[in-house]
Amino acid sequence: MRSIFLHLHPAKVDRSSIEFNRTFGLGGMAALLIVVQLITGILLRFYYTPVPGSAYASVVFTKNQVLFGQFIRNIHYWSGVFLLLIAFLHFLRVFLTGAYREIRTKNWLFGLLLLVLIVFLNFTGYLLPWDQLAYWAITVSTNMIGYLPLIGESLRTTIIGGTELNADTLRTFFTFHTAVLPLLLLLLVFYHFWRVRKAAGILMPEAQEKPEMIPVVPNLVFKEFIVALVLLAVVFLFSALFNAPLLEKANPAYSLNPTKAPWYFAGVQELLMHFHPIFAAFIIPVSVAAFLAWIPFLNYGQAPNGRWFISEKGLKSSVTTAKFAVIITLSGILFNEYILNFETSFSFLPAFVSNGIIPLLILTGLMAGYYQFYLKGQSLSKAELVQAVFVFIIVAFIILTLTGIFFRGKDMALTFPWRAF
Amino acid sequence: MKKLQHKKTVSLVGKAPAEPLSRRDFFNRAWKWLGILAALEVTGMFTAFLFSGKSKKQSAPKQLLEAGPVDSFEKNSVSAFMGGRFYLARQKDGGFIALSLRCTHLGCSIAWEASKNRFICPCHSSAFDIAGEVLNPPAVRALDYYPVLIENGIVKVDIGTIVERSSFRKDQLQYA
Repeated sequence: MRSIFLHLHPAKVDRSSIEFNRTFGLGGMAALLIVVQLITGILLRFYYTPVPGSAYASVVFTKNQVLFGQFIRNIHYWSGVFLLLIAFLHFLRVFLTGAYREIRTKNWLFGLLLLVLIVFLNFTGYLLPWDQLAYWAITVSTNMIGYLPLIGESLRTTIIGGTELNADTLRTFFTFHTAVLPLLLLLLVFYHFWRVRKAAGILMPEAQEKPEMIPVVPNLVFKEFIVALVLLAVVFLFSALFNAPLLEKANPAYSLNPTKAPWYFAGVQELLMHFHPIFAAFIIPVSVAAFLAWIPFLNYGQAPNGRWFISEKGLKSSVTTAKFAVIITLSGILFNEYILNFETSFSFLPAFVSNGIIPLLILTGLMAGYYQFYLKGQSLSKAELVQAVFVFIIVAFIILTLTGIFFRGKDMALTFPWRAF
Repeated sequence: MKKLQHKKTVSLVGKAPAEPLSRRDFFNRAWKWLGILAALEVTGMFTAFLFSGKSKKQSAPKQLLEAGPVDSFEKNSVSAFMGGRFYLARQKDGGFIALSLRCTHLGCSIAWEASKNRFICPCHSSAFDIAGEVLNPPAVRALDYYPVLIENGIVKVDIGTIVERSSFRKDQLQYA
């Protein structure tokens, strides 16, 4: 057992590669949270009934009648939230230190796949309590699938096994959540770790002197232990203080106001408020995913140097791009909400044009202007340019997500968080 | 020794100038193709297993729900039938339509707001008029409806059949 665990590491590591703020231990944290999810998930399964008539009652029973039921459920909920957040931060760290190409190309792609798996694990788990929150969030999200061209509607009815959520949906989601996805996740996590070893550990900036090699036990293992304990303490503290949400039992006749998608889809839902569904739920997300999968294959001309933001110039252009992204996303949301509704203003055009092509062209124009008048003058390398695009996408995504979660209230109108909740 | 002999035999028998197929290569290839075949069979079996049970569910036959006598519904009024998942809307001219309560945008349940004379979706504030036509996006399609039958002055709704449409047309209404 001991040797299996230690096989994740080499015998010796470069002293400067295990400094905490090089990786912030994010990958390890994610792995630990996956273990926590497995254990608490198995515990919860002993009491859960995946049938619409009794699912809600079984969750209420777990929560109120089982010793530590509420606590275990809270841990499962919070470490699910943290897992997604930490995996996202890990993804940012890997990109921003340049560790997504050359020998690490495969691991970048499998890392993206892991991120998608974690989103789907969260998503399938979201339905299981069968309360109003679950029912309507999954209704809204699965309806987004219906807007995919050609296959959308049949894909949606296949996934939910009917035209609206029913017993088949719950059984399918339960099977994915508790068997298919965890198995895949475990396999891929092991592969992910193995590829890190294959790449001879994390990407390091070129050092002046020869790296000082020190034994992993106790140096690295001790640090990992501390990180694990602190993370567990934070999860337990959250679970003791804040209960996982549970509203009244699902009622198909009555929608919540507002009905929101799960928080990690709030960004897509916010896009849906501004773009024709084909753009918001298909063209834009698919383009972003394609961009992320494509970036390792560009010809950059030189190896990544392992430094945050590549260089001073890279940092400066990233910060400016982030500011530009904040301004353009916020003003875009406000402009579309209060000043010009493309669909009603140009109602003589098909919605696909008025609320899709036109706003997208305007945005593309603004970005082209930003490139022409700022980025071009910075004489950036290709990697720095790709980094600027990445930063723009991520910052816009974060702003959209935060708006969707915190600034949308009754009737999905824009409001302030203290009025929205 | 055996291997050598075997190679010799093949090269003696071989006629083509191209590399002749050795027994070893033949079996390797055979195993590969058998493997692919087995994988296809398993995939087919799994797909059949997973999807055949789902598609066998027959679409619901005609399921008539009696809404009530024609005269009990005022003109230009909306009555909710939550059990049947529809609103029975009687137009100004007396025509009936049974509107599904699913918003055509993302499937939330719409609510009739009598004071504003429109259906409003709580999810993304799409709005529909009393005939189900879109008044306010993001919805792009009029509300689905169920066929209405009027027999001996009784309004009946076929809740087994849902009809999708892009916009409202007069012939979707039923008159007593």
